[in-house]
Formats: sequence, C-alpha cells, structure tokens
Amino acid sequence: MKLFKLMAATAAAAILLATPAFAQTRIALVVKSLGNGFFDAANKGAQDAAKELGDIEVIYTGPTTATAEAQIEVVNSLIAQQVDAIAISANDPDALVPVLKRAMDRGIKVISWDSGVAPEGRQIHLNPSETALIGETIIKLAADYLPEGGDVAILSAASTATNQNAWIEAAKAVIPEKFPNINLVATVYGDDDSVKSTEEARGLIAAYPNLKAIIAPTTVGVVAAAQVVTDQNLIGKINVTGLALPSEFKQFIDNGASQAVALWNPIDLGYSAVYLANDLIKGEEAKPGAVFSIGKVGEVTLDDTNSAAMAAPFQFDKTNIEEFSKIY
Amino acid sequence: MTDFPATGRQLPDRLDKPLKSAVLSWESLLVLVALAIFIANSFASPYFLNEWSLSDMTFNFTEKALIALAMALIIITGEIDLSVASIIALASTMMGLALQAGVDTPVLVMVGIGVGLLCGAFNGFLVTGLKLPSIVVTIGTMSLFRGIAYIVLGDQSFKGYPASFSWFGQGYVFWVISFELVLFVVAAVIFYVLLQHTNFGRRVYAIGNNATAARFSGVRVDRIKFVLFCLTGLMSGIAAVLLTARLGSTRPSIAEGFELEAVTMVVLGGVSILGGSGTIIGVVLAALIMGLVTFGLGLLNVPGIVMSIFIGSLLIVVIALPILFRMWRQRRA
Repeated sequence: MKLFKLMAATAAAAILLATPAFAQTRIALVVKSLGNGFFDAANKGAQDAAKELGDIEVIYTGPTTATAEAQIEVVNSLIAQQVDAIAISANDPDALVPVLKRAMDRGIKVISWDSGVAPEGRQIHLNPSETALIGETIIKLAADYLPEGGDVAILSAASTATNQNAWIEAAKAVIPEKFPNINLVATVYGDDDSVKSTEEARGLIAAYPNLKAIIAPTTVGVVAAAQVVTDQNLIGKINVTGLALPSEFKQFIDNGASQAVALWNPIDLGYSAVYLANDLIKGEEAKPGAVFSIGKVGEVTLDDTNSAAMAAPFQFDKTNIEEFSKIY
Repeated sequence: MTDFPATGRQLPDRLDKPLKSAVLSWESLLVLVALAIFIANSFASPYFLNEWSLSDMTFNFTEKALIALAMALIIITGEIDLSVASIIALASTMMGLALQAGVDTPVLVMVGIGVGLLCGAFNGFLVTGLKLPSIVVTIGTMSLFRGIAYIVLGDQSFKGYPASFSWFGQGYVFWVISFELVLFVVAAVIFYVLLQHTNFGRRVYAIGNNATAARFSGVRVDRIKFVLFCLTGLMSGIAAVLLTARLGSTRPSIAEGFELEAVTMVVLGGVSILGGSGTIIGVVLAALIMGLVTFGLGLLNVPGIVMSIFIGSLLIVVIALPILFRMWRQRRA
C-alpha cells in the first residue's frame, strides 16, 4: 500500500514536471558538454533568437562528459521527443553521423555549429568565421588605432600551424588594397609557448624601434606580447592586438596595453544556429549557394559542402570586455 | 529445488522457504524498481510509450550490458576487470587497421572478437600465471590497451566501414527489435544457464566464497579464473564490434568510461563486490533499470549531471534497502 502511494506520488510529480508544449516549434541546442561557459553563452544567444522569432522553445542540452557516445544518447532522446530541429556542436565529426542520419530520416532538421559533423550527417554547418574575414580583422584591429599608419609585426603560433598560416596569408593579401599605410615588417613564431612567445616579442621590439603594433592571432602569443609591452613600459607606444580569450586578456585591455582584440562570439553563434534551424523548419532548402538570414547578425551563404561562415571575429574593447570576460 | 528425491538426504540450497525467499529476493526488488520507473516514465513523458522510443532506448545499454554479463562472473569469483573499455578501444582500432587492409565484414568481426579474446587472455595470464592482483593488472592494461590505440590513431579516426558491417550496430532483426538487443537476450540466456545450471557456475560461486576451500575441493581455481578473463575479453570484443558498427567510425577515445558503467550494472544487479553471490537475472534487470532511468530523464531533458546523481543515489538506496530491512527484522526478533 505504501509502495503504491509512493508510486502514485512519483507519477503525479512527474506529470507536474513535464508540461510539453505541442504547439511550439522545438529546437534542441546540443553542446559538447554542459557546464562550459562558452556553451552557456551560446544558449543565451539561442534564447534571444527564440524570443525574437516567437513561439519557439529552445531545449539546451548535452552530456556531462564530452564523449561521442554520451552525445548519441542525448540525440536518441531528442529523436524520441520528436523535436523539430537539432543544432549540435559535435564531440566527433564521424561517430555522430549514423544517429543524426536517423534523426533526419525521422523528419528532424539537423545543423551543426562550432564543431562540425561530416556533410552526410547534417544539412548545414555554421562556422564561427572564415579565413578571409579573420585575416582582414586582425589587420583592421591594428589599423583602427593607427590613423597615420605605421610599422606592425605579427607574432604567430608555430610556423607549421595551418590555421594561423592561412589567416596571415589572408591578412597579407588584404593590406595593399584596404590598409595601404600599414607596413607589415615581420612575422615571427612563438610556437604557442609562453616563454618563446615572450622572447620573440622582445626581439621584435628591439629590432624595430618604430613598431606601432604587435598582432598575435593566437591566444597564447597575444597574452605574452601584452605582458612584454606592460613590463617594458611601452603602453601607449605599442598596441598589442589579435585573437584573445576575453577572460585571459581583460587585464591588458584595462591597463591599456591593448585597445581591442577579437574572437568568435558564442552568443551570436547560438543565436544564428537557432535562426538557421528555424529557416529549415519553415521549409527553406539547404543547397550550395542558398542564402539564409540570421537575424541581426546578417546573412550567410552556403558553400559547396553546405557550410557557412557566420561573421568576422567579434571585437572586444573597453566597452564590453567586462561582460565577456565573465563568459569565456 | 522444491521437490527432493525420494532416496537419500540432501542439504537444501537455501534456508528460507522458496516462496518467501523469492518475494524478498533482490531480483523482485529490482523488478519493482524497474516497473516503478517504467510507469513514472510513461506518465512523465508522452514520448516514452512508443515502440521506436523504447527500441532506441535499448541502444543506450546493450553494449555495456553484454560486458556486465561476463563482468558479473569475474566479480563473483572475487576478481575485477577494469580494462574492458580499453579492450573495446584496441579491438576497434585493430578492426580499423583491418579495414584499411581491405578485408570484408566477416573478417572484421573476427578481428574485433579475436583481439578482445587475446586481451582477455593477457589479463588472465597476468592474474593467474603471475599471481598478480586483478585490480592492479587491469588498471595497468586499461592504460596499455588504450595507449596502443592512441599510438596507432593519434588524433585521426578510421571510417568508411561497409554497410554490411554497420548492420551489427544499427540493423534490426524484425520490426523494432535490433540485432544488438537480440544478441544481448541470447547472451543473457547463455550466461544464465552457465552460471546457474552448470558445474562451472557452481565452481565460480565456490571460488568467490572461499578460494582456498575450493582449491582443496578439487576446483581448478586458476583455470576457471583464466577462462573468465578470456570470456570478459571476448564479450568486450563483441561489444567493440557492435559499438564500432553503431558509430561507423573508430577513435582512440571510443567507449571511455564504459568499465565503470558495467561495474555499476553488476553491483546494482545484486552481485556482491566481495564475491560469492549474485545472479544473471539481477544483472539483466539492473541493465534495464539503468537504461530506463537515463532514457526517461533524457526525455525530460534533465542535464547529465543530475542523471549521474540520480544513478548514484539509486545505487546507494538499492544496496542500503535490504541491509536496513535486515537490521529492522533483527531488531524486531
């Protein structure tokens, strides 16, 4: 009797807990693992998008451990719930493919964002940015604070780093056309090692007395360079910029060693992912060349593999570093 | 064992009356827990009572449960095998290498199962041949086997398994009954007969209760333990085939954490971690309960960390209940 009562109470509590809304469009935002500030920020953006679009419920979910197997269990339960779309940042580009294919077979729209899935496992992949935009942004970050122009140098990661090399190529390509008074004097490599990056930054300062800015498109290098500029009392003479994590870099924006840095904005990523998923639910077709609106962030065009780049890296300066340093 | 033969006297298997002991047994408690969770799930989510949902649910536990069956026998003898997840990683990596060499599905399956068996034999040799404690040996091979997988693969992956191979992890025998589920049911029946209805099974219990006494009674303790480690390796190899087929790819991080989930199933199933007691029915029920809980909470989009807390509490409650009950009875007596 006692057991029956207990079961009845459990069941009643369970009914109260679960109030599924059938009329709403349900979009699941699946992340690599919960408890990560980057993804919590993406969820914030996703909720904003849901509010703007109206009548959308965003289900923010993900495993506790960042493994493909655990993420598959999460996707299985989302398939069972017959959600309208799944937007996933995948723990594995291949292992998630079979289960996401099954989701698509059952009529669920699937997109990947941030960390992608192989093309056969999703309809669209949303990259945070792309090579050309990143290359242009890192030069612009320096040029914005050099109205007269001047000498700048790049402190990169390893000389073999594929990403950084591509960005630097793109940066060099854009200088003559868009930033003619910027003079790139050197590119050095700090190997994403604090000590080596510090030495390279010192070397640059010694070798080029007219240096106005150091651009480090790597989160390790940018911190090392800013520390050197701070230590050598060159704040105001040399501006350090590049790609940096707001939480790591906040002190150098505060002390003036850097005017501004940039990185992907997780809030905009989550926001755009929900917009894309909603477009697919409404019946828009994902095919190469298709153009999708992503609300206030703008619009994206799909390439040959149905991938899209969201926007140029998001800029952090004195006005917003406080807010973002708390996020990631 | 209710009717005794007419001639001769026999010691009863149990001291409680059969009906009473059946009602008060661990297994009936687990059945009640499973039923309660099933009913709660059906009320909690409108999506639960759907043949495809229930079918999808089974994928959450079949591979781990296959390993738990063999793990139960090992734990009953008082040993443990913590390398099972790493055996999966190594077996899956070797299948990937075989795939690169251009072999077909039957050979792939044999490679997976064979590597599992070899790994198990290696564990068994270290434990019984060199007389090393199994917990130390398998913590070592846990790093060793996965380490080899990492050396072979690094941050790369093997993919492109043929469709006939994928069927093992994604295919259905009929309607919503998956191949994985059928295999698990067949394996559960085999293990049930092996443990509960053969001499081999009785010897497994004997070793767990008192290995020295068993040895003096003529039980070849080391040989049985060796066989059990091979068996666990074999089941891990089979799990590797299923999981690799389900994921359609191999990464060295595959099946991370499976060993603890398999041990949890065994312990929740009523197998004493000190050895000597436990049943296959209990382990099967425990696997089902873990599947029901994780899937049910998943349907409500409960975050994974809350799920872990729930499983942990369930484990403690289910293990504490009979002990509390016994204490309560003793105090009344």
